[in-house]
Amino acid sequence: MPMTSILLPDTEAEIEAIVHEAAQSRSGLAIHGGGTRAIGGHVHVDRTLSLQQMSGITLYEPSELVISARAGTPMAEIEATLAVNRQRLPFEPIDYRRLLGGHGTPTIGGVTASNSSGPRRIQAGAARDSLIGIRATTGRGETIKSGGRVMKNVTGYDFVKLMAGSWGTLGILTEVTYKLLPEVETETTLLFSGLSAERAVAAMTEALATPFEITGAAHLPAVDGAPSRTLLRLEGFAASVAYRIGRLEAVLRPFGAFEEIGLEASRVLWKAIRDVEALEAPRDAVIWRISVRPSDGPAIGAKLEASLGARLLYDWAGGLIWASVPADGDGGAAIVRGAVAAAGGHALLVRGSSALRAAVPVFQPEAAPVAAMARRIRETFDPAGILNPGRM
Amino acid sequence: MSVIEIPKPDPRILARRDAIIAGLAALLPPTSLITEEDERRAYETDALTAYRRVPLAVVLPETTEQVSKVLTFLNQEGVKVVARGAGTSLAGGAIPSEDAVVLGVSKMNRILDVDTVNRTIRVEAGVTNLGVTAAVSHLGFFYAPDPSSQLACTIAGNIAMNSGGAHCLKYGVTTNNVLGVKIVLIDGTIVEIGGAHLDSGGLDLLGLVVGSEGQFGVVTEATLRILPMAEGARPMLMGFQSAEDAGACVAAIIASGIIPVAIEYMDKPAIKVCEAFAHAGYPLDVEALLIIEVEGSEAEIEDLIGRITKIAADYNPSGLRISQSEAESAAIWKGRKSAFGAMGRLADYICMDGTIPTGQLSAVLTGIARICDGYGLRVSNIFHAGDGNLHPLVLFNANDPAEQEKAERCGEDILKLCVDLGGCLTGEHGVGIEKRDLMTYQFNTIDLDQQMRVKSALDPQWLLNPHKVFPLAGRPV
Ligand SMILES: Cc1cc2nc3c(=O)[nH]c(=O)nc-3n(C[C@H](O)[C@H](O)[C@H](O)COP(=O)(O)OP(=O)(O)OC[C@H]3O[C@@H](n4cnc5c(N)ncnc54)[C@H](O)[C@@H]3O)c2cc1C
Repeated sequence: MPMTSILLPDTEAEIEAIVHEAAQSRSGLAIHGGGTRAIGGHVHVDRTLSLQQMSGITLYEPSELVISARAGTPMAEIEATLAVNRQRLPFEPIDYRRLLGGHGTPTIGGVTASNSSGPRRIQAGAARDSLIGIRATTGRGETIKSGGRVMKNVTGYDFVKLMAGSWGTLGILTEVTYKLLPEVETETTLLFSGLSAERAVAAMTEALATPFEITGAAHLPAVDGAPSRTLLRLEGFAASVAYRIGRLEAVLRPFGAFEEIGLEASRVLWKAIRDVEALEAPRDAVIWRISVRPSDGPAIGAKLEASLGARLLYDWAGGLIWASVPADGDGGAAIVRGAVAAAGGHALLVRGSSALRAAVPVFQPEAAPVAAMARRIRETFDPAGILNPGRM
Repeated sequence: MSVIEIPKPDPRILARRDAIIAGLAALLPPTSLITEEDERRAYETDALTAYRRVPLAVVLPETTEQVSKVLTFLNQEGVKVVARGAGTSLAGGAIPSEDAVVLGVSKMNRILDVDTVNRTIRVEAGVTNLGVTAAVSHLGFFYAPDPSSQLACTIAGNIAMNSGGAHCLKYGVTTNNVLGVKIVLIDGTIVEIGGAHLDSGGLDLLGLVVGSEGQFGVVTEATLRILPMAEGARPMLMGFQSAEDAGACVAAIIASGIIPVAIEYMDKPAIKVCEAFAHAGYPLDVEALLIIEVEGSEAEIEDLIGRITKIAADYNPSGLRISQSEAESAAIWKGRKSAFGAMGRLADYICMDGTIPTGQLSAVLTGIARICDGYGLRVSNIFHAGDGNLHPLVLFNANDPAEQEKAERCGEDILKLCVDLGGCLTGEHGVGIEKRDLMTYQFNTIDLDQQMRVKSALDPQWLLNPHKVFPLAGRPV
């Protein structure tokens, strides 16, 4: 493999110049935020454009619950800044370093480009739902803006949503703006032990059908003789959390008694779930991230366990299955994809060798009309196909 | 004289009208095709009533397949198509041209599937906004985005405009509550985007379709998120002697860590009119009124109201009143939700929809007053204060063409002020024809060209709702 050269622009103008040149010579660019989200198809290019130097918070108005930052700003810097004012990003983005074994620095641009989210997605949405403005340099070497810094904006097409989750294939994000939420006063997690996946999903969906605003609903199947754990998170003012626990106790009685896990331990627990720590090892196993209807979760999970010997973690009340599959053959692709296609949903190959990622599509193959629509849109942003070629 | 141009119809299309109608008749049941002029006239405008054009024909298909056939045919014939829900657009989004066919989704109004386990509902796009909630309220659920027009407006229109409402402060707008759509492209292709699951991978086409103002295709079905209803909800009223105090109070509440379900603002003229209409008990001796709603159990509601009252005390509130009954709550919301209608009985108005950073509330209100004074026009402000989405109503007399033009110019200046203060032209009503020519004020040529490239990629002949969103000059030829 040829040595890759790394380009480190400091300004949008420099990015534009690099992209212009790349488009002229039709030579692809790999786009890196902090390099921690090496997900997606393998990008075969010999130049990497890193946003590391495009860093820094450009606007923060705590009283308006809004923050803007250049795309290469480390997540740690954003989180520390928000913590001073007891605020947070609502969507609890996963830090992929545990799962992918990366050493980079997660950036706000990477979080945006991958439309990351975590357990709170069920209540607060994904990155796309909090993202309110972007600037991005397209494959034409032109920097566009969409949205802005206000909470509601329907002026022109919503390229804000389109850019979130486009994995750097439509444009190079240079600056992003998010809306924020106040940090909560406290949180408590309810722990049910020993439920089957099916019962767990029943309990979680039952809880989510109450008005008690569950902000996390996960199920960790039994391992090594330890019973399964089913977790429900409540956040808010202390009195309100206490009241809601009381009400849930009545609703969830059929699922047995639960233990209460207090603030500190609860935080640690949900960080582990967010980052899928349970499936970190063995490192050579293939990791799938599967989004389905919650009620389809247990059957799909059972199938993966039976046919692939998969180890699982259920989040989003069963609507998100993380599966660790032995790295044999196609890494479970045919079975995973088949099960998801039958139920409706999406399976993303998150971790796998380069060979595997070259052999099986990383994203769930799209129906022909969807793929055609996406292709037409993509061509308008990056006609020469130079931005992260092969990633999606 | 009207300010906004609707291009002259293409004489070649008008000349072929009979053939086009015959072609449509071959594709649709007779009850789905409207050709008589007096019946077509019902589709000549929307809620931007100063502008009207009687369309070439109106089709009301009953199925996605019929929509597909109609679009395939019109695409071949090079005929423009304007999709239509209930025609409540305030931006002129549903106004046709004389050479266009209106495609209404009013016959596609079935609820297809209710799934409380996964908290979703699948509907045909012609279902009204309130119809969605009505289909699930007996199960303890609701559909969150609540435009004031919710009794009439359709999910199709909500998706096209990415509509919001008073309760979006907590629950988000349409785009945050749609999981999937079925959309028919101009060449007749039926595309299913998203579904009942949360993440779809691939490009976020769903996010792009929502808010595309009927320019990418005709939406025929949608999968929406439904939410469990709160245990209870209670609005409170708070009067202030100045807009500054009210604005500062809103900022302080949000900064304290409380996100109420809704924070609505009304100025003195609006209070007076809405009170006369709804008898909600609004205080009449204040300059500004906030309606703040909180949710939860009885104890949670009392706790939140207590916190808010304490914060508000620093801003010299008067006429503080907490709703004591369901009936009182209903009256309070009736006053707010019928504000536009009630104003409309007094005078003609244009309703602006700019959004500003919430820290600029008092600056923008001062600026709006100055602009309207300059034109000698009256203005009334009713808006979603929690998210800075303004609805200044500029009052005028529609029988006086000069005054209408003045009102439109005044509205333009207000929207430019919103952009100057760091905001945008439209927070929830959409661009339509109304704000089309102001787009160059918010976006530069590079921004607009990229948006138009996407339009061209999905609709190469620009047949879908073509006169909207982008200035007529500077389009690709
Ligand atoms: C009194 C009043 C109060 C209002 N309050 C609010 C409010 O609180 N919040 C808010 O956001 N809006 C509000 N509106 C504006 C309006 O109700 C919304 O924009 C609504 O979503 C329009 O829905 P509709 O069904 O009437 O659509 P229409 O007016 O028929 O169409 C709106 C747009 O949608 C497109 N469209 C319609 N059907 C389709 C389809 N099937 N596929 C693709 N495109 C389609 C049309 O071409 C048009 O561009 C209000 C309007 C009125 C009159």
